[in-house]
Parts: sequence; structure tokens; C-alpha cells
Amino acid sequence: MYRYDEYDATLVRERIGEFRDQIERRLDGRLSEDEFKPLRLMNGVYLQLHAYMLRVAIPYGTLNSAQVRTLARIARHYDRGYGHFTTRTNIQFNWPALTDVPAILEELAAVEMHAIQTSGNCIRNTTADPYSGAAADEIEDGRPWAEIIRQWSSLHPEFTFLPRKFKIAVNGAAEDRAGLRVHDIGLQIVRDALGQTGFEVWVGGGQGRTPRLAVKTRDFLEPRDLLSYLTAVLRVYNQHGRRDNMYKARIKILVEALGAEAFIAEVEEEFEAIRDSELRLPDAEIARIRSFFGTPSIHNPAPLPEAGEPGFRHWLKRNRRAHRVDGLSSIVISLKPIGGTPGDATDEQLDIIADLTARYGLDEIRVTPEQNLLLPHVHNEDLHPLWLALKSAGLATPNAGLATDIVSCPGMDYCSLATARSIPIAQAIAKRLEVAGLSEAAGDVTIKVDGCINACGHHHVANIGVLGLDKRGEEYYQITLGGAFGKDAAIGGIVGKGLAGDDVPDAIARILETYLQLRRGSETFIDTLRRTGADAFKEAIYVAQ
Amino acid sequence: MKAITANRLTDGRVIYRTAQGQWSTRFQDAQPLDDYAAETVLAQAGRESGIAVGPYLIELGEHAPAGQKWRREGIRIDGPTSGTIRLIEPANHDRAA
Ligand code: SF4
Repeated sequence: MYRYDEYDATLVRERIGEFRDQIERRLDGRLSEDEFKPLRLMNGVYLQLHAYMLRVAIPYGTLNSAQVRTLARIARHYDRGYGHFTTRTNIQFNWPALTDVPAILEELAAVEMHAIQTSGNCIRNTTADPYSGAAADEIEDGRPWAEIIRQWSSLHPEFTFLPRKFKIAVNGAAEDRAGLRVHDIGLQIVRDALGQTGFEVWVGGGQGRTPRLAVKTRDFLEPRDLLSYLTAVLRVYNQHGRRDNMYKARIKILVEALGAEAFIAEVEEEFEAIRDSELRLPDAEIARIRSFFGTPSIHNPAPLPEAGEPGFRHWLKRNRRAHRVDGLSSIVISLKPIGGTPGDATDEQLDIIADLTARYGLDEIRVTPEQNLLLPHVHNEDLHPLWLALKSAGLATPNAGLATDIVSCPGMDYCSLATARSIPIAQAIAKRLEVAGLSEAAGDVTIKVDGCINACGHHHVANIGVLGLDKRGEEYYQITLGGAFGKDAAIGGIVGKGLAGDDVPDAIARILETYLQLRRGSETFIDTLRRTGADAFKEAIYVAQ
Repeated sequence: MKAITANRLTDGRVIYRTAQGQWSTRFQDAQPLDDYAAETVLAQAGRESGIAVGPYLIELGEHAPAGQKWRREGIRIDGPTSGTIRLIEPANHDRAA
């Protein structure tokens, strides 16, 4: 894992001092709320329905056990005993007092964490494939590049007041598990004909009100030119992006307005002008950052356990992923107990997870865009004791990738922007599907629920999306079908009129039953849907209407 | 009738304007105001910057909108409808009040 150097540590401590002073000036009236709001947002502090919310950055979703233990302590002492992991692999605390925020930030800084740039119109936390360094299909580890981007983008003076927020993702594997096509910039590591690695670059993706898939702007970018190219893209955006209308301010709208060709031409012109500047990455610096990351090697690889309780076997089948190193496995820790709040973990659970990360996970754990946790490196001989420990903490739900592994944004239970609730809908869907045995029967399928069109819960790219809206004062839910997050990314299509919240779980159950009737051979839900089209499912959704 | 609500500056908790010109975390303490008085008191509350953030009016009683607008306020009064995954301990509750 990357460790802070003196520069990082100083920057974070100075920022805490600055924000502590700003909070004091707000409390004693020297700053008005209008003056203070942009300052608190730059430090990750939102004001939600019931309280302030603090969003803490988890760079490319990677944590060590000391950091998880600190998150547990913050949940216990400053919150109401839980934290919420987000689709952008950060963690949010829903109840901190403003007066406690400097103390929380001090605790975070002690374990090399902060909340800088988790809000505001700046470059947000760069995400990466959660399986980086572990994936069997990896071309190259994306984390060093995400770290280089983190360092370059932190408090970048030119890009602190962009037209809108800006999200970058890096994926180093054959499968895209970082959602490159729905990011402002997506970087896919590829190999050229000579076997050299570089980046395929995608720009202009995003979700929200106007969902768009990114366009490819480069087939191959030399690694040393990464920062020059990113700078060129951001300069074109900073100059031409719309600041007059926040709904048209994201780079996806600019790419569309200019047209991909013209946009690329502008970027290339700027890129050529700065390519050989100080932005060119020295080989020694790339090597230095790379040295913080690696894939563990082991001497006597143990085989996968053959025996064990049926519950253990089942959990292995669902929540284990193949590792690139023989003798190791990657394990998804599901934060989706049936009927629980997707992505939430209690302080006690976080403490247990910290212990297990140190004991069985080579001191490394990841947050996934599916709002789960992942132990990337577990020795095969540790799988059974790990399962036993997770099970006793309520963390061994064997549903990774299944229909009950539902992603949900906080919705109207917490979020001041919401048009409807989302968590209770996700909870009701999970219970309904589990009781009917449909989650297990339907296999791999993604369901994502949002409380408004901002789509923090990624409903646009779910196989089955649920969007909560408000019609004349009543909550109702729009169903979308056919979205996908990875290499085959797609924006789901609205199937018809919205449903009352109470009708959503049954409608989703009927969608999955229809799939089970229509599927051929080993087709997954999305395969069948693509073959038949969404109309084949329409009747099932509205049968009782 | 209307009442005035806001979030408390120090900790963000939901608060209501009382008849004494104070703020309370209890909805029951909210002062019912007719339309004219509501605007006057709201303007006054907006000028006091030390306690409440973003004061605004909510409709009460028969005038309260049935659906979403009031649902949001209902959630602000009673807390998340999704349940928290651990019961809120009295100590924490006190701290919130
Ligand atoms: S999607 Fe909307 S309701 Fe959900 S967290 Fe985002 S802004 Fe809030």
C-alpha cells in the first residue's frame, strides 16, 4: 500500500488546521452559512436531512486494518454506530456533529486518511478495479496509476473549480470492474503489439439526469504521458464546459455538444503543446510509486478446501473469486444481509473486519462499487476459519453477485436531494426474492436502487434499475432494464409507467421468474434480456396493474 | 398553519422554532403560526445566524400536503424509516438532543 511521505502528511495536517479555523469562525458568526458552505463541502461535510454527513475518501477503495479500526472508532464515538460504504468506494458517516469534525479528521490523519475533495467541483477520489493486484485476468495493476492521479489531482490549483465534479477510474484487467464507460475519464490498461502497456482512454461517460457512455478518445497512450493527457482533457473541459447551467455542466455534455471528433481534436492540440513539459512522468517516479504495490507470492500453495459444512461450500461458491496466484483466493464480504441496509457496517463489524484483515488478509481490504468489501489475498488454508469468523459477525451472506446483492443509495431516509426512499425498497426486494428462492435460482444479475435521478446508486447501469420519483406528492418507482456496468456497458431503458413502492418487490420477482422461463442453457439474466428484448418482460411487470 | 424548521448549526440536528423564540429538537414544541406571522418570524430567524441553518416553513395540520413534501418532514421528525442496524443507545440520543 502507498504510505504518506512528509509532503502528504503536512498537506493533510495543514488542511485540518485550516478547516478547524473555518468551523470556529462559522460557529462564532464570523462566517455566514453562504460563506461556509463551499468550505465545508471541500472538506467532505454535507448537511443532510437529520445531521451533517462526512464523506471520507478511500483512495481506489484500498484500506489496511489500522484504517478500518479507525473507521470503527469514528462510527462508535462520533456517529450512531455505523458507517455506509458508497458506490464510489468511499465511506459516509451520517450523524457527526460539526463540532466533532476536526477531531474526526485528526483521527483519520493519524492513519493517512482524509475527506479532502470528496465533494465540490473538483477531481474526486480516483477509483480502480477492486481486484487490482489479485485478479486472474489482470494485464497490469491499476493502483499505482490511481495513486499517481491522486497525488497530481489533490488540491490541484487549476482544477479546483471545474464546471462540475469530475470522476476518473482505472482498470487494469480484461474485464472492466471499475465502470470506465460511465466515468468522466476511464483509463483501461492495454498492451500494444510489442507487449508494452499503456492506456486506452474513454472520456465523457456519466450517469445522473443525462446518462451517457464515454467515447474512446485514444487507443493507446504512453504511460509517461498520462498526466499531460489528463491535463489536456481537463483544460478543454475547464475552458468550454458550461458553468451557466449545472445540469449541462458535466464533460459528457461538452463531448456531445462539440461532437467526439472536435473534442478529441481540441484535446490532441493541447496535449501536443504540453506533452514534453514537466508533466511527463519520469521512469524513476513511476517505479517508486509501483514499489508500494504488488501481488503477494507464496511458497507452498494449499489447494482449495474440498470438504466443509454445506454453508461453507455455498459461501465459497458465491463469494470467492479466483486469484492470479496459486494458493490464494479473493473473498467478497457481503454487506447485504437480507433486509439490511446495503453498504452499512456497524462499529463492531468494522472492528472484526479489521482483525480479519490483519489476520487472514495480508493487511489489505478493498471497498467495491457494489458496496461490499473484498479481501483480495486470502490463503486457501485460511478460508474456513475466515468464514467461521465472518459468519458469527453476520458478514457471511453468500450472495455476492446475486439478486439480493442490491446496491442502494441512501435516498430520502438521509439525503436532502432525494425524491423518494430507496433503502426500504431495496430491503423489501431482497426479502421478497430470498423468501421465494429467486435470488439463488436466478444467478448473476444486478439490481440497483436510487432515490433520485442523480443516480448515486448507479441504477442506469443495473440489469434491473429502480428509480424513486415523486408524482403529485407520492413516491413511485420507475423500472429500467438492460443496463450494464462493465465492458458491455449499457444504459437501461425505462420499461413503462412507474409503480407504487409496495408493488416493486413483486414486479421484480416476476421479472426474474420470466427470465427463468425464457432462459436458454446457461444464459445469464442479461444474456436472455438481450436476446428477447425488454418487451418480453413488460407483461410480467404490469400483470397485476 | 405553519411552523419553522431548520438544522442546528453545531450538529445538524432537526430543530423547530418555539413560541419563546428558541429552538427545540421536539416537533411538539414547534409554534404554530398563521401565514403572516410565519413570514415575519421566518425573516427574524433568518437574521439570527448562530443556531439554525437554513430555516424554512412547513405546513401543519390540515394544510400539510399529504404526500412527498410531508413524507420528507415526517422522516425528519422520526428519523430514517429504513431502521438503523444497531439500536440507538440512550447516550447517543442525549448527545443528539
Ligand atoms: S441518488 Fe439522489 S437520493 Fe440517492 S444519494 Fe444520490 S442524490 Fe441522494
